[in-house]
Amino acid sequence: MTETEALLETPLASLHRELGGRMVPFAGYSMPVQYPAGILTEHLHTRAEAGLFDVSHMGQAELVGEGAAAALEALTPADVQGLKPGRQRYGLLLNAEGGIVDDFMVANSAGRLFLVVNASRKHVDLPLIAAALPAGVSLRPLPDRALLALQGPAAVAGLATLVPEVAALSFMGVWEGVWQGLPLIISRSGYTGEDGVEISVPAEAAEGFAKRLLALPGVQPAGLGARDSLRLEAGLCLYGNDIDETTSPVEAALVWSMGKRRRMAWDFPGAERIRGELDNGTKRLRVGIRPEGRQPARAHTPVHGPDGALAGEITSGGFGPSVNGPVAMGYVARDLAADGTALTLMVRGKPLAARVAPTPFHPHRYAR
Amino acid sequence: MAEMKYSKDHEWLRLEGGVATVGITDHAQTALGDVVFVELPETGRVVEAGEAVAVVESVKAASDVYAPIAGKVVAVNEALVDNPGTINTEPTGEGWFFKIELAGDLPADLMDEAAYLAFVDTL
Repeated sequence: MTETEALLETPLASLHRELGGRMVPFAGYSMPVQYPAGILTEHLHTRAEAGLFDVSHMGQAELVGEGAAAALEALTPADVQGLKPGRQRYGLLLNAEGGIVDDFMVANSAGRLFLVVNASRKHVDLPLIAAALPAGVSLRPLPDRALLALQGPAAVAGLATLVPEVAALSFMGVWEGVWQGLPLIISRSGYTGEDGVEISVPAEAAEGFAKRLLALPGVQPAGLGARDSLRLEAGLCLYGNDIDETTSPVEAALVWSMGKRRRMAWDFPGAERIRGELDNGTKRLRVGIRPEGRQPARAHTPVHGPDGALAGEITSGGFGPSVNGPVAMGYVARDLAADGTALTLMVRGKPLAARVAPTPFHPHRYAR
Repeated sequence: MAEMKYSKDHEWLRLEGGVATVGITDHAQTALGDVVFVELPETGRVVEAGEAVAVVESVKAASDVYAPIAGKVVAVNEALVDNPGTINTEPTGEGWFFKIELAGDLPADLMDEAAYLAFVDTL
């Protein structure tokens, strides 16, 4: 998009201004990158207590009708048909070459599938899904719903004082119901590595609901900056950085998101390539990378192997506030993907020593 | 106290006895956010006005710091390496970056405080 195009706003735009959010363009939306506390504080506060994130820019939709799960499986290797009521799962939309069109969450709730896709990809995903549906299955975008992420160790205990049902959810569990007249969809999930929830709420009630959440003990607003550093420490991919239409689930180390049944039937887009990669390996793999010292290595930093040859590229990198050091992920040649392998990063033209490292960089604390 | 001058690259400098102490402005540190890393020039390096001589990185972004005047780097603030957050808390005090011994005249485009604040308002 060009700068002359107007940015979209989420239903929380005036709340962000009220809270002193620093607004930046992101995926066509004006979003808060941080509040006055700053990214470092917002990040650490989310890990210590709870952060409230506006993620209403993300695409929400529902897939309705008999055979909805089978229809979605035509586009993804995730096991959607095996998803039990009240459960959510992570999946990948693939193109015919096995490249990743987007990553998404799908919940089986209230007799239909509830989908959350990336803001930057919803204009691609929704037409793709709609075009793949048989008669009797329909896709309904939900542009009139906001999405709030309440993340951190104090998140669920706090929310449970309002909505007691959330306390009983386990990681990736979903509760849907009417609370004080509001139809809510709550999943125990998130993008920070912490325990927490994502809450879909009608747009017109979003500000009032967000204020109720901000009034809970330990809850502070957190922006996209902290969201990015939290997900990076948690080793979670950002679409457009770490995965895109050229990367396969095998290269991206996301094979775990493919259903076992699907890997026996090979009945998804790009199955031939993916089967070949699983049998014979890939040229490159996504790995965690820890630069030595304190200097961050950011996206597009070239990665060299021990022999000096160009071996790949950083796809996400920055400073991890909880790790208290630089963290990154990127793609390297397969023979350099083992943990501990010495790499050289060319940061601003200067060599920086680094090693392949296991992810997450900060332990996940999900409510399993 | 010596008068502060400001550059369009958001550095401040304080000239005392032919040596200028240089740092980044409060506006610059606010825009950068939490600083987590700084790379300082070598002492003794001879620099041109406008030359990139240091790097400052926040959680979110990396940015060059330019020499606002020509001359020789005579001191660097090594304390920033272990405590880069000082750049946020005391940008015009303990958060200074380096000192340059002025060679020649001050560049004509350096601003006084009022002119700099007016410049920031136009951004």
